[in-house]
Amino acid sequence: MANNTKKTEIIVQIDGTEVKATEGMTVLQAAQSAGIFIPTLCYHEKLEPYGVCRMCTVEVEVRGWTKHVAACLYPVEKELIVRTRSEKIDKIRKMILEFLLAHAPCSPQLQELAEEYGADKDRFDKEASFCILCGLCVRYCAEVKKKNAVGYVDNGPRREIRFIPELALTECVDCKECFELCPTSYLQAAFVLAQSIASSPDPSQTVSIK
Amino acid sequence: MEKFRKGILSKRNPDKPCIAICAGMDCLGLDNGGILNAFQKELEKKDLKTKVDIRVTGCHGYCGKGPVVVIYPEEICYVEVKPEDVPDIVSQTVIGNKMIDRLVCTAPDTGEKAVHLSEIPFYKKQMRHLIGTNPKIDPQSIDDYLAVGGYSALAKSLLDMSSEEVLEEVKKAHLRGRGGGGFPAGWKWETARKAPGKEKYVIVNAHEGELGAFMDRAIFTGNPHSVLEGLIIGGYAVGSNQGFIYTRHDAPQLKNNIDLAVAKAEEYGFLGENILGSGFNFHVEVHLDIGIFVSGESSALMKSIEGNPPEPRPKYIRTSVSGIWEKPSALNNVETWANVPLIINKGSEWYNSTGTESSKGTKLVSLSGNIVNTGVAEVPFGTTIREIVYDIGGGIPKGKKLKAVHFGGPMGGSIPESLIDTPLDFDELAKLGAPIGAGSMLILDEDSSMVDVTRYFLNFLSNESCGKCVPCREGIRQILKILTRMCEGRGREGDIALLEEIAEVTGAASLCALGKTAADPLKSTLRYFRNEYEATISKTQGQAEMREE
Repeated sequence: MANNTKKTEIIVQIDGTEVKATEGMTVLQAAQSAGIFIPTLCYHEKLEPYGVCRMCTVEVEVRGWTKHVAACLYPVEKELIVRTRSEKIDKIRKMILEFLLAHAPCSPQLQELAEEYGADKDRFDKEASFCILCGLCVRYCAEVKKKNAVGYVDNGPRREIRFIPELALTECVDCKECFELCPTSYLQAAFVLAQSIASSPDPSQTVSIK
Repeated sequence: MEKFRKGILSKRNPDKPCIAICAGMDCLGLDNGGILNAFQKELEKKDLKTKVDIRVTGCHGYCGKGPVVVIYPEEICYVEVKPEDVPDIVSQTVIGNKMIDRLVCTAPDTGEKAVHLSEIPFYKKQMRHLIGTNPKIDPQSIDDYLAVGGYSALAKSLLDMSSEEVLEEVKKAHLRGRGGGGFPAGWKWETARKAPGKEKYVIVNAHEGELGAFMDRAIFTGNPHSVLEGLIIGGYAVGSNQGFIYTRHDAPQLKNNIDLAVAKAEEYGFLGENILGSGFNFHVEVHLDIGIFVSGESSALMKSIEGNPPEPRPKYIRTSVSGIWEKPSALNNVETWANVPLIINKGSEWYNSTGTESSKGTKLVSLSGNIVNTGVAEVPFGTTIREIVYDIGGGIPKGKKLKAVHFGGPMGGSIPESLIDTPLDFDELAKLGAPIGAGSMLILDEDSSMVDVTRYFLNFLSNESCGKCVPCREGIRQILKILTRMCEGRGREGDIALLEEIAEVTGAASLCALGKTAADPLKSTLRYFRNEYEATISKTQGQAEMREE
């Protein structure tokens, strides 16, 4: 969508630099086009922005109002001023990483970001579910593969991902394209379990993959 | 239309005795069905069936004293009525015109008796513009609503006013959304009206998931046509021909009354094509929630109406511009819509004569917790919290001292006893960190632990969060863990600072209003009752030291 010449050009200011963007772009896309890095966990260029990890939280200033928004969702607009780092932003990112490291302490992607933001992986008690619920697998399967073989169950702190066992056996065996998207490499284990449930003598049995 | 109304009124004798039995949620639970049966039998026995009417009404508000029975035309109010009392009521009061002492409302401190509805202290200080007609209306009878002037505002809007004039009147009335945000309804309508696109929607949010909030249910169950009338007028002002009512799957009485009201309004020509010959078309659909709290959040609610999971989306583009199916959608809660006919009928100037500088009109509040008179009260904005708690609410039971008043349920805040002279006002209360929310007031006495109350709310939210975004899901998880530990007397040094940091992050970075305000009860109780949090820590350390000794 970025290269559509018919769309209005909008100049935004990101970290003091003037960045040319087009109408309909998000702040994240505008920053990336100018080579400005904003950390993300749930963003993937092939997928609709989801805005759940909140790692891309930035500060925007519009007509004198400042607020914290998700860069992957916030549309560029005229006279927008964006700050991608501040004391508050760093504090938010640090704590998000600490929240997630309690679940997936070994994720290389999280560890790398933890170093940048000084996040302590032991700040919160470990509840190693290995999944950080970024939803990349769920959305990839739904949006790109159009199979919906993996989805969410339950809500709030009990939310988790599950393969639908029957689909895991038929659709996923030869696909597994979502595996490499997983920031914690947890997905593979979840799949193996779903596969074994689907091929077990009693396929009606449902088991939590946690 | 006025002729039609007169027709209804001419068939009614205002002096004919009528027994109004409250069938609000609370009274329903207290066997008002048994009372109704007893009245029917008794009237039959005494051969009074044609001489005395029985009316099953919506909530009168005085829930703590239910079941409530009001006898017209004198408006004699009996409280805590039991089926055994019915023969006496019929023979002594209805026939004999005598009071029954034991059923009359008695002030516990002075022993003073109040026979008539208007003399009862609970009602005396109220200003019941919205809920006042409840005892006079059978919610299942559209004629009852017409008899008290119902649908006259709709006729006035459609026949005597342009849609711009209706919008202007609501804007001038400074009607602010009663669902929690206090956003000016007129602005919202105008945004939706001006937004591009022909298809537009107006929505009643009747989800009312806030803990301790039961006033929307009282209005909507008790007087569904008033909300419906407001919605149709709103549709006219916004330029929308389709309204939605989003309500609870677990309130069958409410659902039933709404469905019936919609059907009756269609039958009477207040809904459908060419309403009252004005050329304006308007239809209404009723949707049920799927039973999680967050489906009351406006963007989640709209997703739910579309048939999707009720997960909020970021509102960088307002729902009044892009809502249901990305069409402009003006959403207000039940109480906000119920105010609309009043504004149209009596004018914005009249409406502005009640309330404070920034909050106009009346507000319904639901009183619960450690308070003598639990129930629904309607007061003008500007009434002090003290008046609500003591004059209307009757104070704290068992002579206990008031500790705090908590507003707005699980995402609200508390104020301490020392601040109860604050007026009920959107902005005044927000300044104190206890926004008015939808209007639930939880009264807490001296024995309440504020840490425990906060833990209770966070526990509720942890079950109700959709779990989509990290700061909300994980922030609530960690706050709840710490609070649970504190309540068990295992607080740690540094816990308070950690709680404050988590609260800051979830507040700033969450995706929707649930996450953004999830830590608000924590913030407000830390502001006013920090010592209670500190005590859970020093206690632990004391215990640890004792063990060491």
